[in-house]
Amino acid sequence: MISVDNAYIVQYLKGHFEKEILNIEEPYGFLTIEVKKEGLIALLVAIKNDSVLHMNFLTDLCGVHYPESPNRELAVVYHLHSFINNVRLRLKVFIPASDPQIPSATAVFDTANWMERETFDFYGILFQGHPNLKRILNVDDMDYHPLLKQYRLEDGTRTDKVDSFFGR
Amino acid sequence: MANVVDAPDGYAGSGFFATSFDKIIGMARANSIWPLPFATSCCGIEFMATMSPHYDLARFGSERLSFSPRQADLLMVMGTIAKKMGPIVKQVYEQMAEPRWVIAVGACASSGGIFDTYSVLQGIDKVVPVDVYVPGCPPRPEQIIDGICKIQELIKNEPLRRRNSPEYQALLESYNIH
Repeated sequence: MISVDNAYIVQYLKGHFEKEILNIEEPYGFLTIEVKKEGLIALLVAIKNDSVLHMNFLTDLCGVHYPESPNRELAVVYHLHSFINNVRLRLKVFIPASDPQIPSATAVFDTANWMERETFDFYGILFQGHPNLKRILNVDDMDYHPLLKQYRLEDGTRTDKVDSFFGR
Repeated sequence: MANVVDAPDGYAGSGFFATSFDKIIGMARANSIWPLPFATSCCGIEFMATMSPHYDLARFGSERLSFSPRQADLLMVMGTIAKKMGPIVKQVYEQMAEPRWVIAVGACASSGGIFDTYSVLQGIDKVVPVDVYVPGCPPRPEQIIDGICKIQELIKNEPLRRRNSPEYQALLESYNIH
């Protein structure tokens, strides 16, 4: 039996998706691979259905905002888990804030549905092909995406404290 | 001896007692408040202790919780109110019949507390008028009881026509409540 570990996953992906891989690292032993957004869905389908890898569970999907990185301002991070091999894989896709679009993973993992809505809610990332891309946690009439770093975290309507004591 | 409240000021004689409606109705209302607990977080846990035998809100005539706003006299908001929850607090308040009172229990209900953030209402007085604020994070049951006693004082001393006054109507109008 093949033992599936980080080295095996890297070898598999280099064999099948060499052109889609931009960067490979292993922070704290957690295999993290940056891929191009064009190849993302094909890669997810392949590693989910592969008879050895069985990357069958999408643990988490979230966004990150890096305002200092030109044309790579937004990241979408996918945490995958193979229950059968008990190995995990993190995929990262970087997209520009000027065109925050990425294909939806809902066709591959049903669980991506609400997680993509949450990522849209907080970062404004548009998941192409999502069946119901609307806000999930914030109030419906909110007119911005609050975790983008150009917006302040504090609430401007607070009246019981003096700004200068709180560094704002 | 049973716990009986003192009679209000008035004229007592053989076979009669005379006082004003304000006082007698205020006394009756103050000692039979039906609270509606709107508990969203840790202050709600302190309220559960307040209701339990060790602290026992029944001693103040408030053991009968009303989970229908239509039968409640006192809205007790205990815990963080997210902005998404704000309209629900307001709707519950609107469903209560007059006379009605509101107590904001804890820092979050009073001012947003530590949650100075885009998703949290910075005090329920942004959506409904509040009669008594209880500070604390969370307040101890003694403090909640003190808040209830403050509400009782307000109820005892409220003129019967206060709710018809232009000032009160203007207050509700300022919250867009009709």
